[in-house]
Amino acid sequence: MEASMEQKFQEKIDNDIRIEPKDWMPEKYRKTLIRQISQHAHSEIVGMLPEGNWITRAPNLRRKVALLAKVQDEAGHGLYLYSACETLGIERTELIDQLHTGKAKYSSIFNYPTLTWADMGTIGWLVDGAAIMNQVPLCRCSYGPYARAMVRVCKEESFHQRQGYELLLTLSKGTPEQKEMLQESVNRWWWPALMMFGPNDADSPHTAQSMAWKIKRFTNDELRQRFVDMCVEQAEILGVSLPDPDLKWNEERGHYDFGEINWDEFWNVVRGNGPCNKDRINTRVKAHENGQWVRDAASAYAKKQSEKKSVSVA
Amino acid sequence: MDKQVHKFILQLADNELILGHRISEWCGHGPALEQDIALTNIALDHVGQARLFYQLAAEMEGNGKTEDDYPYKRLETSFYNVQLVEHENIDFGYTIVRSFFYDHFYYFLLDQLTKSKHTALANIAKSAIKEVKYHLRYSSEWMRRLGDGTEESHRRVQQAVHDLYPYTGEMFLPSTADEHMKEAYGIDCASIKEQWLTAVKEILHEATLELPDGSWFHKGGKEGVHTEKLGYILTELQYIQRAYPNMQW
Ligand SMILES: [Fe+2]
Ligand SMILES: [Fe+2]
Repeated sequence: MEASMEQKFQEKIDNDIRIEPKDWMPEKYRKTLIRQISQHAHSEIVGMLPEGNWITRAPNLRRKVALLAKVQDEAGHGLYLYSACETLGIERTELIDQLHTGKAKYSSIFNYPTLTWADMGTIGWLVDGAAIMNQVPLCRCSYGPYARAMVRVCKEESFHQRQGYELLLTLSKGTPEQKEMLQESVNRWWWPALMMFGPNDADSPHTAQSMAWKIKRFTNDELRQRFVDMCVEQAEILGVSLPDPDLKWNEERGHYDFGEINWDEFWNVVRGNGPCNKDRINTRVKAHENGQWVRDAASAYAKKQSEKKSVSVA
Repeated sequence: MDKQVHKFILQLADNELILGHRISEWCGHGPALEQDIALTNIALDHVGQARLFYQLAAEMEGNGKTEDDYPYKRLETSFYNVQLVEHENIDFGYTIVRSFFYDHFYYFLLDQLTKSKHTALANIAKSAIKEVKYHLRYSSEWMRRLGDGTEESHRRVQQAVHDLYPYTGEMFLPSTADEHMKEAYGIDCASIKEQWLTAVKEILHEATLELPDGSWFHKGGKEGVHTEKLGYILTELQYIQRAYPNMQW
């Protein structure tokens, strides 16, 4: 029985028929999606913090408004993704609890600090840029609610990327101090951005199953290569160098070769030893705890109101 | 250029900027994701309105001034916002009460401005008042929820009302610029006090909250005398412009 259900399910996937919340799905598919979507939602929420840092310090009003709007978009992404995840039969409160207790992960990139204003541009260019590479294929993900959420998210992410790049372009045409700020920022973010695509394919055990389920369409290394190829040209326009002595065009492959990622650093940040892991989680937990009395008040008030209503109806 | 009108516009702009700055501090730290989004939205509206006023001020002054010269290049003694908007977000309750007091005042002021003969100001007011209606609804709804929610929320929000009320009097106390606006354009901030009190008391009553009896009010903001808090706000706000002067961003 289970086997034939599973077979039917796989046939639907193979024929590019979307899976919807009420459809039967293998437990492992559901679990994989919950893990991936919630991780993605948490990344949006934690990702608000490094950029949120600079809202009060933005150098002019136009940039301030753009940054506020961008961080707000990320909160919106978090909201749709939590909703998409809830269609799989889990509640937001439980997901948030998993984040706060360290049971769920979020993108390691947000465990790096934002130290200068240029980081607001570099994050847009490289971090939103890498996110788009990862996420555009998810618009065709087999799970309907996730795929639909991603369509909207990707539109906004590409706007963020252009905005970030434009910020850097302004710095690149500026004074020597501004150019230095730009280069220093790119030096810090380049490798962590490449790490956003995850471990090498050989070390990524879930990839094959996720590809068969059409949750994933390309491997980590394929996406990383595309990203590098795209960035080299954009870096040239900015007049910045990318901090990798092994980066060079490979005529035969038709791609840029690039150096080895520091996997030791990668795994350390995943394990909680990045520069900001503790700060980020503590900040989220604190916001949640400080908000408890507010959420309690809202539900107490709503309850009183509905009691009043039912009394007046009776 | 009419200097008093210019100063009146800066009063409006500075209120919007400083309040927007304070509310923007919530971004990423709100009590729930939905409130985080709503507060950020409101902060965006405030900063957006500040820009419209600063742009108008720059246009009036001419000589190459831009919207950024006012927020980024003035010292604290040349800021003309009321002291109320400088107050910290001690908790969500203080944030709501600060907005609740201010939103009501600002709504009635904008309402007068929409009908004024100063076309440029009337135009800004007509578009701004739509946003302010939403802010007013948001802060009023939260006053009800917090006031009539739990014992703890009631206690916290009542404390905020108590602490912030003495900063409301200044809104209705005319500065020289306000006096001029009254004579030249019939914009009268003092006349708002009654409307404001009626509206505020009505919602406080529904929220089971009370205004303190005190009749002592702080003042000075409109003439450039602020609380200690403004200096810290500007230190942050102006950091890049001070550290890297005369650059394009
Ligand atoms: Fe996002
Ligand atoms: Fe983004």
